[in-house]
Amino acid sequence: MLKQAIENLGNRTLEGVWRIGYATRFFVLILLHSGTAFRRFGLTIREIYFSGVLSLIIILVSGLFVGMVLGLQGYETLQTFGSEEALGILVALSLVRELGPVVAALLFASRAGSAITAEIGLMKATEQLSAMEMMAVDPIARVVAPRFWAGVISMPLLAALFSAMGIFGGYLVGVQLIGVDEGSFWSQMRSAVDFEQDILNGVIKSVVFGIAITAIALYEGYDAPPTAEGVSGATTRTVVASSLAVLALDFVLTAFMFRGLN
Amino acid sequence: MNKKVLDLWVGLFVIAGIAALLFLALKVGSMSTVNSTDSYEVVARFENIGGLKARAPVKSAGVVVGRVTDIRFDNETYEAAVTLRLDKRYAFPKDTSATIMTSGLLGEQYIGLEAGGDSQKLKDKDRILITQDAVVLENLIGQFLYGKAQEGAPQ
Repeated sequence: MLKQAIENLGNRTLEGVWRIGYATRFFVLILLHSGTAFRRFGLTIREIYFSGVLSLIIILVSGLFVGMVLGLQGYETLQTFGSEEALGILVALSLVRELGPVVAALLFASRAGSAITAEIGLMKATEQLSAMEMMAVDPIARVVAPRFWAGVISMPLLAALFSAMGIFGGYLVGVQLIGVDEGSFWSQMRSAVDFEQDILNGVIKSVVFGIAITAIALYEGYDAPPTAEGVSGATTRTVVASSLAVLALDFVLTAFMFRGLN
Repeated sequence: MNKKVLDLWVGLFVIAGIAALLFLALKVGSMSTVNSTDSYEVVARFENIGGLKARAPVKSAGVVVGRVTDIRFDNETYEAAVTLRLDKRYAFPKDTSATIMTSGLLGEQYIGLEAGGDSQKLKDKDRILITQDAVVLENLIGQFLYGKAQEGAPQ
């Protein structure tokens, strides 16, 4: 009984270490085989359409609503201190620094990451990947790398659109609906948001999230057991693992980027 | 899907994304770090900088003319050496004075420059000689109480 438990623990640990090693090797393999993704850029463009363009609607709509909620809640709180004009700062900083990259990444993980995993998992289950190998076409170069770079390119654009849309939503609620002064809304925002410290760091964050999400999604798809259950399990794991990775990475990046401030 | 339509959509997506980035960069944020080609650095020494922080604005007549880039403690004179990066468009006389001020009662601290009458202008790496420290509320209250006590003391 006890021996069994210890054996299980050991097996699990070995399995975990093996998976980390395999995932790292897979990630390096993607980077090494990225040449095709750029030489035949049409492949990458196709994938940008599927993971980027098709995520637009959900990103834009959620961005608008998140901004509108920020506008309402921010006004309620700031009003008690008599500083409603700082609403622009609150909306812009929280979107550009945190909510834009993080929420866009979470939406991207569930919208595009799960689709990538399911697609590659099914390709593997229906032996399309093996067929490619038979024809001397490297599936990593032909299928995996374009999806990886498409995700890395799409993610910062989506995050920027999310933030811009959110600020517009905050403006709609704060200025148009509640009646905060328009001039001070924008000018206070401009004086508080710094290009390098805030906007550029937000873009860096979203690039890192893009790398993490697509790498996890591709790995899970490529590693999925070739059964219906296997693919569905892999899709679930993609969403869970990449969401957790985004939130954990966000903490680490924030600690690095904004510790020196103030 | 038709390849042309696909390219069109991706092109639109990329343009929209870059437009959003530009909107954030131009409309929402501002370049606070003046780049080194059109700015110059001067150093001011203070005995007490209070709560002044790097990146705090440098204002003259209420207009932002530069930023604090670096704050260092000088172990020889036991003073704070504050580096100010000023926009090249604004030249100040050599006897300009620097004061640490607070915007509002509890607002952020900034450096106020008051131009003097010297005909020579401040150049890169120059030092501002006339400085006035930050007002520390505790000291002020202490002085006030001390003064009151002196008043009441029997002569």
